[in-house]
Amino acid sequence: MRVALFVPCYVDQFYPKAAIATLELLEKLGCEVHYPKNQTCCGQPMANSGYEHLTGGCNNLFVDNFSGYDYIVCPSGSCTLHIKEHLHADGKEEKATEIRKKVYELTEFLVDILKVKQLTASFPYRVGLHQSCHGLRGLRIAQMSELVAEPFSKPAQLLDMVNGLELVPLSRQDDCCGFGGTFCVVEEAVSAKMGKDRVADHVSHGAQYITSADLSCLMHLEGILRRQNSDVKVIHVAEILNHSMQ
Amino acid sequence: MSTATTKDHPHLAADFNRDEPRVNWHDETLWWIRAKRDIAAHKLPEWELLRETASQIKFNVLSNLSSYLEQFEANAIKNGIIVHWAADATEHNQIVHSLLEQKGITKMVKSKSMLTEECHLNEYLKEQGIDVIDSDLGERIVQLANEPPSHIVLPCIHKKKEEIGDIFHEHLGSAKGESDPKILTETARQHLREVFLTRRAALTGVNFAVAETGEFVICTNEGNADMGAHLAEIHIASMGIEKLIPERKHLGVFLRLLTRSATGQPITTYSSHFSKPQDGSEIHIVIVDNGRSIQLGREEFRNSLKCIRCGACMNTCPVYRKSGGHSYHTAVAGPIGSILAPNLDMKKYADLPFASTLCGSCSNVCPVKIDIHDQLYKWRQVIVKEGYSPKAKTMAMKAMALTLASPTLYRMGGKTGRLVFKYAPFAVNNKLNPWYNQREMPKAPDESFGEWYAQRKGAKNS
Repeated sequence: MRVALFVPCYVDQFYPKAAIATLELLEKLGCEVHYPKNQTCCGQPMANSGYEHLTGGCNNLFVDNFSGYDYIVCPSGSCTLHIKEHLHADGKEEKATEIRKKVYELTEFLVDILKVKQLTASFPYRVGLHQSCHGLRGLRIAQMSELVAEPFSKPAQLLDMVNGLELVPLSRQDDCCGFGGTFCVVEEAVSAKMGKDRVADHVSHGAQYITSADLSCLMHLEGILRRQNSDVKVIHVAEILNHSMQ
Repeated sequence: MSTATTKDHPHLAADFNRDEPRVNWHDETLWWIRAKRDIAAHKLPEWELLRETASQIKFNVLSNLSSYLEQFEANAIKNGIIVHWAADATEHNQIVHSLLEQKGITKMVKSKSMLTEECHLNEYLKEQGIDVIDSDLGERIVQLANEPPSHIVLPCIHKKKEEIGDIFHEHLGSAKGESDPKILTETARQHLREVFLTRRAALTGVNFAVAETGEFVICTNEGNADMGAHLAEIHIASMGIEKLIPERKHLGVFLRLLTRSATGQPITTYSSHFSKPQDGSEIHIVIVDNGRSIQLGREEFRNSLKCIRCGACMNTCPVYRKSGGHSYHTAVAGPIGSILAPNLDMKKYADLPFASTLCGSCSNVCPVKIDIHDQLYKWRQVIVKEGYSPKAKTMAMKAMALTLASPTLYRMGGKTGRLVFKYAPFAVNNKLNPWYNQREMPKAPDESFGEWYAQRKGAKNS
């Protein structure tokens, strides 16, 4: 199985460990992982700011980098969703359509495609799971609290396979953290308040780590935790699933 | 009661956030209502089917709006109701005023109608020398405070009971410092009873207008619409053109959804049907367009007109909860207001589609399944294309698009950025960076993933 690793731009620059963990995890699970080296960004920062018409360059580049693989896997729900919903390219629409169908967020890929039933990872800590909105309500990697429907959670299902890990309950299981792309600076007051309130929910329930399938949320929550000099850390779900794995 | 302001949502929201304990209180109050909604919804296994049914019924209405409007008008006239048509807010206000003028009425009681808020009817009538008293308790409170409602279902949700006590002490003569909700409600009750008994004209909104029967339905918890309408010589009902449902039986779907979504109650205390005037009195309906047919023509935004004004999207919206209804500077706040308002004035409300993280919770609670967060995204594209985006932002976005479209520029930019973070943190850790105000910047690693990977043995670079 030829899998292309799609590493979001901010993960590449600021959180390489999460990308390394994703790569190692996929390899350990038997995937032939390729990293198309000229990849940059999915174009979401422009598109969500109202400048989708400026994303042509990013789209073209994405199609050139990611065509021809069996699957494209990304350790970010938000970037995956953007590609799934908005990747189009003039003259290459067929390839773009194929990519939109083949791109997966990491935890949904592990559960739905690799059908992972057990892991040998160990992470003996109390962990709060932050549901990123785009992974949750866009990709539906877990059930949404608003709907009257059967609960499930792909990231939680995987975290349950990790030795020693205890998932802490939360008062608001899927309230948004307030990152929101450029929202985090344009609406700084509300964004920071939303982040502080999410952090408080995890901390008050005894979490030692906050994890998520999206690092953009975690980057925002980490900024708040560090400003508060908190001992609580953020960690991408791939790093937990890959932790001490034999 | 002016909503005119020069400040946009980020500034008004920042003002609201100066008092953090108050933000917490506001957030928790609205979350409590969201939680009540969840409990009510989960009691109905058929909840999602109800939402889908309501959505489909409203699609049918919007697709055949002109014929349903004509059917409704014909049946209402048959019932003895007088029907008026208003193209916009001004015409609506003039019609209401002329009806009062013809009867020499200078005082009117009004139950909740967000349409009249949208039309700024109270201000208009005041200028014409007409005294209007809002009879919904929450609306009365904000009216006395000389403020617009901050929520379409809970107009004074931003006010604490102590503040309401002060307002009642000043205007209605309750004891100083009295904040017991029971006593304050009784004070309002006595005050409004006198109003109901003496007003010759009553204006109400309309929740549902039934095309098949020509009747309309008003939902209240306080019975104030009924009190006003039954005692007045003239009952004026203002409705937007989108309030129609085809048949009476469809109420069975909408009445089950409306209050469960709004407050978690199974149904409003009063769901009153008005079909014909009592002997000696008149019922007038003013059917208002005010931009709705333009929105109907915008294919991507059309289904925003399915809204039944339950307010569930506001209660669930973390941005609304933490910024307050007034920060939206429009009659209908929150997510739904942010997709309706740009249709009325794109320049004035250019900020509202950006007052969201696009988290999507609004679309999930919406009882008529409006794709609110997708429309927020689409409005952003329209607003930028129409030129209502700040020039500096456009420049920054162009530079960003250029950098991210080139692997070389991207790698160079990334490396430079990380070096700045590492060796010149003062360049980003300062007051000019809104991120840094309440958050630390991410730590910059020595190498990017790309750089690490290039050195890796057996790297499968493609």
